Amino acid sequence: MGVNKPIRKKDGLGLTMGKPAYTADISPENALVVKVLRSPYAYAKIKTIDTTAALNMPEIKCVLTYQNVPGNMLTRAGQGYPEPSPYDRKTLDRTLRYVGDAVAVVAGEHVKAVEKALEMIEVTYEVLEPVLDFETAKDHPVKVHDKDGTFEMFDIGHFPERNLAASYAMEIGDVEKALSESDVVYEGRFYTQAQSHAMTEPHISTAYLDYQERLNVITSTQTPFHVRRIISRTLNLPMENIRVFKPRIGGGYGGKQAIHGELYVSLVTLMTGLPATYNYTRREVFESTYSRHAMRIDVRLGASRDGTLKVIDTEILSNTGAYGEHALTVLMVAGSKTLPLYNKVEAVGFRGDVVYTNITPAGAYRGYGAVQGNFAIESAMDELADKLGMDPIVLRKKNMIKEMETSKVFEIMGEGKEGTAMTVESCKLDKCLDDVLERINWKDKYPRIEVDEHTIRSVGLAIAMQGSGIPEVDMGSASLKLNDFGVFNLTVGATDIGTGSDTILAQIAAEVLMVPTDKISVYSSDTDLTPFDVGAYASSTTYISGNSVRIAAEKMVEEIKRVGRRHFGVAEVTYDGEFIYAGTDRISLVELSTLITYSEDQEQLQTIGSYVGTKTPPPYMAGAAEIEIDKRTGHYKILNFYASVDCGTTINPNLALIQMEGGLLQGIGMASYEDVNYTARGRLINSSFLKYKVPTRMEVGKIDVKFIESYEPSGPFGAKSVGEIGIDTPPAVVANAIKNALGVRMNRLPILPEDIWRALKNT
Amino acid sequence: MEIVLTVNKKDHHVIVEPDEMLLDTLRRLGYKSVKKGCDTSNCGICSVSIDHKLVPSCSYLSVRAQGKDILTVEGLEEEARLIGESLTREGVEQCGYCSPSLVVAIHTMLEELKQPTEDEIKHYLAGNMCRCSGFEGHHRAIKHHMEVNLNGSQ
Repeated sequence: MGVNKPIRKKDGLGLTMGKPAYTADISPENALVVKVLRSPYAYAKIKTIDTTAALNMPEIKCVLTYQNVPGNMLTRAGQGYPEPSPYDRKTLDRTLRYVGDAVAVVAGEHVKAVEKALEMIEVTYEVLEPVLDFETAKDHPVKVHDKDGTFEMFDIGHFPERNLAASYAMEIGDVEKALSESDVVYEGRFYTQAQSHAMTEPHISTAYLDYQERLNVITSTQTPFHVRRIISRTLNLPMENIRVFKPRIGGGYGGKQAIHGELYVSLVTLMTGLPATYNYTRREVFESTYSRHAMRIDVRLGASRDGTLKVIDTEILSNTGAYGEHALTVLMVAGSKTLPLYNKVEAVGFRGDVVYTNITPAGAYRGYGAVQGNFAIESAMDELADKLGMDPIVLRKKNMIKEMETSKVFEIMGEGKEGTAMTVESCKLDKCLDDVLERINWKDKYPRIEVDEHTIRSVGLAIAMQGSGIPEVDMGSASLKLNDFGVFNLTVGATDIGTGSDTILAQIAAEVLMVPTDKISVYSSDTDLTPFDVGAYASSTTYISGNSVRIAAEKMVEEIKRVGRRHFGVAEVTYDGEFIYAGTDRISLVELSTLITYSEDQEQLQTIGSYVGTKTPPPYMAGAAEIEIDKRTGHYKILNFYASVDCGTTINPNLALIQMEGGLLQGIGMASYEDVNYTARGRLINSSFLKYKVPTRMEVGKIDVKFIESYEPSGPFGAKSVGEIGIDTPPAVVANAIKNALGVRMNRLPILPEDIWRALKNT
Repeated sequence: MEIVLTVNKKDHHVIVEPDEMLLDTLRRLGYKSVKKGCDTSNCGICSVSIDHKLVPSCSYLSVRAQGKDILTVEGLEEEARLIGESLTREGVEQCGYCSPSLVVAIHTMLEELKQPTEDEIKHYLAGNMCRCSGFEGHHRAIKHHMEVNLNGSQ
């Protein structure tokens, strides 16, 4: 009835026709305008702060500084509790750790007054020497967090006295021995940048007190339940007095996983009793939320002469900026979602430090370490093939993971803790690879075609894996209610941020209930009204939340049958979505549901399902691109990008396709354009769409995605995740294509034409 | 200062600041389809049609819009529904935040270029940012809209 159908997104037409649906559209018109005074220095202490003049303005209702807000430590991270991220910040702090850190919060009746009041706050700063270079931050004499009360909830390798937000190491087998016994060893160093999410809706939160004087927070978040918990603990406000809900969200990609303006608007509303709204400027989104973790990745690969990969060793230095949100987990995913691709090795090494620096913090972003790791490993595999004198496809096929195999890495590395042993029950990576090679016509195009004297066309390829939720951590839950006249309400904690999860969860329920998807209304992610869900992150919604919906719906079928047996007074009935049958008698679901609501053995049927994964089945893909490059300038264009994907069953093939196409283009942006630069004093230069170049519709000739048939036994109707994997391959694909064109290995993202030109000059 | 704005053929007498941008005035008047994206006229998400030209309303003074025909998606009615159905048929609206301005942009494009080629479509809409979709679905949807809704072929 519901699954594997390309039906329209339930909210789609209303959104395209501009109906009021987002936080800004539904906030109270009389809400106070909230703005934040931000630090002009990369590292400073507030010596004095005088808010008198601002407070004397009649339009200004409230000014917050570190002096009048609770001083509890927190992490913004928005992860399961207790979080694997350090509690290393306060709502407002006397110490300012990057350009853009919050100094004071002003709330007033209109924008102009608030902007004027920001200027009237008198601050004197003690300016400190910052740590800006992440490669020298570890054990640097300047400490970003030393002795400021920062702590970890459990061991995450947090050593603030060494500027380490987190650190981790593991080894399987004997890495050095395996390297020394390898016939060919490749060593390389790779750099990835602090990509920005660039979601179209800037972060926005609104708070108000309802008639019961409970704090209501409407917010563009991926994690309403985490936001409620963080507000409660940080502001010493009882949980029962807080409701957090999200309306429609204008994109997130991880950028709205953490808490942002919610604490400020909550405080303003609690102090003034008035509604308050804080809408980030685009500059604040770039400068003062967070980015992807920039990384330096050292890879060593060892193989025997016949191309048997013996060892992978990875050492990572990750830059978390001023605060350590997702520091440990992004680091670990860089290994756990790449190393198992090549599961037949004798030895695996993985070590990493996540350092504090005085720049914009890093946090969750689609790909979440996997894209960084993939760039390094998949670039290195092509280099190893080169050293072996072997075709890189043959090398991959010989060593990559196959269905019903496992990797010790699954067991050892989880997210912030040990992993979960897992046999891969669905893996069509071999088919993905063959399919992508055929569609791009690899054999005729590899490695390059000289188009004319200056122009080369070449191809590049990479493979990737991701996960489906965090096993034994993430819980999703769902509730189904049968109404009179046979219609259902599905309430889920899962947070639709534009992916279409409300729709695909309804499709899963419809499939089990055997009713049309239209018969199911969905309401999601409201801490008062829906069951719990960790939220939209870690590629979890289809698999984790989807399984919870499946369970709730299976229970509902049993409930319908129970009521049917009672109605007919028989021991057995059958149900087909439309009727309940007892022998030759039958009653429609419409009639039975109406009877039990109004007149016969009245009762409300409602079921709940919750699900925690015992494994995280990886989706797999192969990506390949054809590029055209000018030898004189290094300028290149991606003519087409092919992706062949195993994400299990596509619950909604249209929405899965757009997830892939969108993920690929974000990956292409990371590979090619999205540059992040700071001034010598630590100010982010790329803090507007003028300076930060996201791909437009002009950049790519064609993106062509194909789903390879696959079925994951543990997934709802065979589904795995599809939200993140698309972003993983483009950086390595583009780098490998450039190598195939010009013979230079580009090891730093983004790969800019001028850097290619310089690399050519140096060879 | 009081001005008269003609939005979707309806006159509004409205008091604006001399430096007020049309985006803020339109939202204040209840045209919530007009979204704030970047503040610097780069993303196109606040786009409206002014005298049949696509304009980023975040960088257009409200006082300048006096006497001009302003069109938002609320004023497109059936055409917005048809374009919207073409976009949602592909699932390409995703988060939907850029969609209302894209619908206005497609309308404006089809007023100006009766049968645009794929290349012309890409050029015309280059200023309309979308971070969710990868754009391919937009182009499939526009093709469908032109073939089925405008030309009546299947």
